[in-house]
Amino acid sequence: MRKIWKKVIGLGAFLAMLPQMVLAAGGGPVAPMVIVADTRKLEGIMKWWGDLYNNSYVEFTVLTVVLIPLIGVVFGVLADLIMTHIGIDLKSRELAEH
Amino acid sequence: MEWLYILMPIAGVKIFWPGLIILGIGVGIIGGFFGMGGAWMVTPGLNILGFPMAFAIGTDIAHMAGKSLISTMRHGKFGNVDYKLGMIMLVGTVVGFEVGAQMIMWLERLGSVEKVVRVMYLILLSLIAWMVFHDVAVKKRKERELAAAGLEADKLATGVEWHKTFHKIKIPPMVHLHAAGIYCSAWLPILVSFATGWLAGILGIGGGLIRMPSLIYILGCPTHVAVGTDLFEVMISGLYGAATYTYKGRTELVAAIIMLIGASVGAQVGTVATKYIKGYGIRIVFGLAVIGCGISVALKIVPTYVPSIKTICDNTSTALILSLVAAMSVYIFVKMVQGAKQEVAAKKAALAKQAG
Repeated sequence: MRKIWKKVIGLGAFLAMLPQMVLAAGGGPVAPMVIVADTRKLEGIMKWWGDLYNNSYVEFTVLTVVLIPLIGVVFGVLADLIMTHIGIDLKSRELAEH
Repeated sequence: MEWLYILMPIAGVKIFWPGLIILGIGVGIIGGFFGMGGAWMVTPGLNILGFPMAFAIGTDIAHMAGKSLISTMRHGKFGNVDYKLGMIMLVGTVVGFEVGAQMIMWLERLGSVEKVVRVMYLILLSLIAWMVFHDVAVKKRKERELAAAGLEADKLATGVEWHKTFHKIKIPPMVHLHAAGIYCSAWLPILVSFATGWLAGILGIGGGLIRMPSLIYILGCPTHVAVGTDLFEVMISGLYGAATYTYKGRTELVAAIIMLIGASVGAQVGTVATKYIKGYGIRIVFGLAVIGCGISVALKIVPTYVPSIKTICDNTSTALILSLVAAMSVYIFVKMVQGAKQEVAAKKAALAKQAG
């Protein structure tokens, strides 16, 4: 029970801190202005993407937040496979200062 | 050569996409190697490529989130991430950052603080650079003394050992940080993260540049664990930052993805390079990066006294940062290739010996 309470309190504190994390990521205050994407010159997936941006920031954000880690993991795993194939040990290292 | 340019669907500008990949590789290598987000390197790069500044921060944070995720995964597998320490520090960083950001807003209401902040940043960078090279000098002196006595230094021995004094503080609760190999009062990482977060908030930076040396010199983390744990913090704040900036419509995802292609490769190279470069190798290159960053900050301060040379100073600062990124990336890449070659050759030799 104590462990569950600890987790609940931890999660609550984490959620409360989220807004400050963006600043800690190196960002800063954003001026309140609306930017509209000019999709007239775009075609295909780019046009769809521009339209999505203009229509719904929420959907655009959800897709971005899903895509960024996903692409990161895909490329990361790909690089892992290549390095493992070369023969580099990716699971251990010697901890030494000099 | 039209195919080398891509129209950004949101920002509406054509960007030289190979430039984004090269920039991504460079900051990916350096980020994975030092454990930092590297916003101070990305912004001038994006500026040169003609990227609209309204989207620069959001795009940078979005790619940083993906890049640090890859680096954290790799460092985690190496055992370089102390998750407990990372979570404890996250609390102090966020609270400290908020206090610092509020303080700077209060100071702004009193008058312009930009110059003061830059000077403060420059002093801090000078202090960090001095700390790194003083540590290297002390370590060399100790090695010479041991050699004179016919002894050999322990592979985990360091030059300065300020952390031992801080570890004497025994205010409960005490925590055992297994990956870092530290047993100390929980208040120590909380206070360190609060102080580094506060400084980052005042200076308007991410904080990796301050947090990494603090983890080494005050908490006593081994260099590799400091890098990995710092990246864990950058990853969490980066993911949230990506969400909030995108929600405000300030992320050009196409550019972030192109950068991420380069950064994901670079991050792996930088992270794996830490396997072949000893802790002090990382510290020395980090010290040089801090000096470069310091010179670029100084070049931003000079025009406030001599406005006529603003353009020259801005261009020199951008050129310096990009040259520094290029030189360090090449150095880390070469070291990684050399290390990998040696490892593969050693494995082949061991197999040949077994077969023979």
